[in-house]
Amino acid sequence: MTFELVLVLAAGLFSIGLFGALSQQSIVMIMMGIELMIGGIIVAAAAFWHFLAPAADGQVVIVGAVVAMAVEMAMGFAVTTAIYRARQVDMTDMAEDLKG
Amino acid sequence: MDTVRLALLAGLGVLALAGGVLVFTCDSMARVTFALLGSLCCVGGVVTVLGLPYLGVAIVLMMVMEMVIMAVFMIAYMMNPAGLMPMSMLHNKRGSLLVSGAVFAALVAAVLLTPWPARTGPPPPDTTFQLGKALMGTQMLTMLVLGFALLATMVGATVLATHRGRYDRFGDDLGRRQARDPAGGGVGR
Repeated sequence: MTFELVLVLAAGLFSIGLFGALSQQSIVMIMMGIELMIGGIIVAAAAFWHFLAPAADGQVVIVGAVVAMAVEMAMGFAVTTAIYRARQVDMTDMAEDLKG
Repeated sequence: MDTVRLALLAGLGVLALAGGVLVFTCDSMARVTFALLGSLCCVGGVVTVLGLPYLGVAIVLMMVMEMVIMAVFMIAYMMNPAGLMPMSMLHNKRGSLLVSGAVFAALVAAVLLTPWPARTGPPPPDTTFQLGKALMGTQMLTMLVLGFALLATMVGATVLATHRGRYDRFGDDLGRRQARDPAGGGVGR
């Protein structure tokens, strides 16, 4: 039952992050939501490694998720800086030029 | 899993969820950043309790550095960094709650209804050695791809974050005036 509870924790973190990524207007807050979602994926991967298959591949999945976190953070800040420098915009609703 | 580890797992799990909720309920951007830091440090703690101390500590160290940088950006870009006035910067809150609630319900149902198999084999005596051996052996291609992804990120983020510099004018004459761009935001800004 511990395995299922850890996966429910991962699902909770993922869903809280998803709510933030969908509902926030600020680009930085959206990035925070995505960080929480990846945090949930890391917890789930660690649970799968511990409770089902303690092989090396499971650890590599966690390394991949951590790298995704770093890439998302760096590119998010770079895009925020670029769009703010060009148009003084830091909210998604002010940067909806391509909205159909 | 012994009782101490179970208690640690439960405590860290509750704290991680509470931190995640605080991220989207606090007004102060500084508090938001530290709530996210607390939540992700608890994620690192959960990973450590599950038997992966190297990855758990690496996650905690990385999150501390990330959140310190994020705090600077929050204060630089957000309009209410200290949270001195209550404000809401949400759009489509009801739809977002609906979607995230449905995703949570679907994930929990999948977790509880799936007949999970038994564990295959015991955990290795040294998990750090297992990871290092895999990254330098069978998972070398993964390691290379991750390395190139990080390098591309560094180059891309630097290009995006800096001024256009010599590239905001046509040709290779650095003394030439900047282009007049009627649309703005492109060459010549």
